[in-house]
Amino acid sequence: MVNLDDFYSDDPVAWCPGCGNYSILEALKQAFVNSGRKPHEIVIVSGIGQASKMPHYLRCNAFNGLHGRTLPVATGIKLANHELTVLAEGGDGDGYTEGGNHFIHAMRRNIDITYLVHNNKVYGLTKGQASPTSDLGYVSGTTPMGSFSPPLNPLLLAISMDCTFVARGFSGEPVHLAGLILEGLQHRGFSFIDILQNCVSFNRVNTYQWYKKRVYDIKDDPSYDPRDMGMAFRKAQEWGEKIPIGIIYRNDRPSLDEKHPAIRNLPLVKQEIDRASLEGIIEFFR
Amino acid sequence: MAVDITIRIGGLAGQGMQFIGMLLGKIFTRHGYYVFTHQDVESRIRGGHNFVQVRIKDEPVFCHSQKVDILIALDRGSMDLDQPVLEPDDIMIFDVKEKGFTSDNPARLPIPMEQLAVEAGGMKIMFNSVAIGAALALLGCDLQPILDRLDEEFAARGQETVEKNRNCVISGYGYIKSNFKGTFPKKIPLAPYKKDKLFMTGSQAMALGAACSGLKFYSGYPMSPSTTIMEYLASLGRKHSIIVEPAEDEIAAINMVIGASFAGVRAMTATSGGGFCLMVEGMGLAGMTETPAVIVVAQRPGPSTGLPTRTEQGDLDFVIHASHGEFPRSVFAPGNAEQAFYTMQKAFNLADRFQTPVIVLGDQYLNDSYFTLDNLDPGRIKIDRGKIISAENMSYPVEYKRYEWDESGISPRIFPGQTEAVVYADSDEHTEAGHITESATVRKGMVVKRLRKVEGIRKEMDPPKVNGERDPDLLLVGWGSTCGALKEAADILTRNGLKTAVWHFCDLFPFPDTGLLPQISKKTRIFSVENNATGQFARTLSGQGRIMIDHRIFKFDGRPFSPWDIVNRVHRAL
Repeated sequence: MVNLDDFYSDDPVAWCPGCGNYSILEALKQAFVNSGRKPHEIVIVSGIGQASKMPHYLRCNAFNGLHGRTLPVATGIKLANHELTVLAEGGDGDGYTEGGNHFIHAMRRNIDITYLVHNNKVYGLTKGQASPTSDLGYVSGTTPMGSFSPPLNPLLLAISMDCTFVARGFSGEPVHLAGLILEGLQHRGFSFIDILQNCVSFNRVNTYQWYKKRVYDIKDDPSYDPRDMGMAFRKAQEWGEKIPIGIIYRNDRPSLDEKHPAIRNLPLVKQEIDRASLEGIIEFFR
Repeated sequence: MAVDITIRIGGLAGQGMQFIGMLLGKIFTRHGYYVFTHQDVESRIRGGHNFVQVRIKDEPVFCHSQKVDILIALDRGSMDLDQPVLEPDDIMIFDVKEKGFTSDNPARLPIPMEQLAVEAGGMKIMFNSVAIGAALALLGCDLQPILDRLDEEFAARGQETVEKNRNCVISGYGYIKSNFKGTFPKKIPLAPYKKDKLFMTGSQAMALGAACSGLKFYSGYPMSPSTTIMEYLASLGRKHSIIVEPAEDEIAAINMVIGASFAGVRAMTATSGGGFCLMVEGMGLAGMTETPAVIVVAQRPGPSTGLPTRTEQGDLDFVIHASHGEFPRSVFAPGNAEQAFYTMQKAFNLADRFQTPVIVLGDQYLNDSYFTLDNLDPGRIKIDRGKIISAENMSYPVEYKRYEWDESGISPRIFPGQTEAVVYADSDEHTEAGHITESATVRKGMVVKRLRKVEGIRKEMDPPKVNGERDPDLLLVGWGSTCGALKEAADILTRNGLKTAVWHFCDLFPFPDTGLLPQISKKTRIFSVENNATGQFARTLSGQGRIMIDHRIFKFDGRPFSPWDIVNRVHRAL
């Protein structure tokens, strides 16, 4: 049995007081405890940005890599050792701009990892510039006349890629979020969770209170079927007075790690080198 | 009589020249000879002017010759563009249907190739098999062994294809026997069939070397001339437990490699200069996180798209300096397929032992050319994975620090999930435990720790291979794929009265200790020979090696050096 203390890290936290990241951290720990996985069986790959500091504040394996490159590193880890529980974590800048191409192709591959994107609609660590999810007209140091481009809708993108698990959480609903993360961890395939989050330092519009008034659990509507792509597309476009959170879309298709015959029986990392078979391949060239 | 004969097959892309080159190479390799086959092709799938050149020798051969003895011209373009390389006595085989060419030279041999192909029951496109039959008849080869090899090579394509091509070869062979009125004294008597030697490209040798070194994971994005490495490894995937994952771009490729390596398996990627541009960020990540990674950079002429299907040694400075910040790495450039095979084990061992990125430089000339090799011995490959803590050898209670201080700069690795320890790796500057730090003291310590590895790596770098006599008149210095041409040029120069030696560097960076090399006297004139425009290695030689270069021979037209290219340039310089 594991408990919350097993995931305790004494690394001093460098987030702003009141940041939504604190409750995401607690939700993540709770999901790990509920999953039953031990710290050494879990790897978090993070990018660069405030969200990407997350693995330091937990006790589990961590690879804090480059801005936007979480998913390929996580994919390499999962293919080398699919017995590990692998997560990727970063912010909206990390995942939806620099990492956009990797995001698309991780969904295509349906690699069995859980991807958490802390979406505060702003670049936090570089001090408040417009991000790919900032609203049209958002004024910042890099967009003094207001952002000319509309925000990217990550849920629509994910559904259009037939991503096998598409969800949205809110940092202000940590119990709900912990439940979503646990479902993501248990889903065999690529689980994508966009986490709405307030930024106390730079986003004056989408505050904790702003979200708190608007979000509702998708499960409140019993007729909603997350396996219906048409419904999912419509739900993913709901924004404004009411903002849905929960599992927006899901389907079952085999994950990449299930397809590679080389790892059907044993993870790559546990396989010895077969000298005799290598002698054989040299013979092919004679 | 010594055999050294070259056949050039020229024509349009899509006429099967590469297959013919491979087929001829196998025939001669299996009947007592050594073969070197290289290609000169345009960046297109159909058309253009292209050739494949097959050089057959009765001793090991590692480069092409500028001398062509038989030209098989499969189209009008080849007749016009390749004929100038021929001497009057050299043979040109071409189809009679090509109008507007007349010659009373009996060595210019029109053959009704398409017509014979159709009469033999084949299709017009099998006229290249007619040409093979004709060329081999001129060379005095026996027919039966050729047909046997044909059966072997075409077997996978089905009985009907075997039969038709066989008949086309017989028809071309017979046509020469009854119609050729000239004399062609150059003969290649086939020795009895023996399947002892190997015939493979530089790319295949690199891929095989990697597989025999325990490669488990490969990710890459196709880019000439590296793609054949990926394709060959992918073909091994199912049977030999290697995962080959096609990446969305080279950035993803190297990051996947780093992930797989962090998780505990040997991993590599291959690309060319343009793709490596995208990998540079990941190269720094491997350096900072101290994650082993092997990267093959098969060079082609740049910058930018450059000449996609041609050769150059233009990326040495780039790979040595790639990425911001300061961290250790090593760079190798094997000179032929055999050296390429064994260099891969060294690359993987050094990557694991020093926990750094390692680059193996190839180029189009090395990667695409076929070599006959006496043997490759996987038994000679020793796998050294460096310092690793496993569940068996770990001490309890577990207090693991990924970047623990050590005089050597090398901290033991733990693979996540393989022990109860947790591992933190970080691209930020980090503490010994792997957490982000801003401390000036820790920063300084970590930079020193990483750079300590350089001296350890330098001790592993082999000095150049020395060929030729002591105290020479001339010394040719080179690296990578020019190896074969350099040695042959030295032989020619020595035969002509200039005692010439060669230093060929495979281990390039960190620059090896050259203290062990034979002393060079003042009278020796030193030539640096490089397939680039600025002498990238020559600068290292004079800078780090303190070897003063007298003459520089550079070639940057996208084509490889032949021995005579070097000999002529040496004479011009003297």
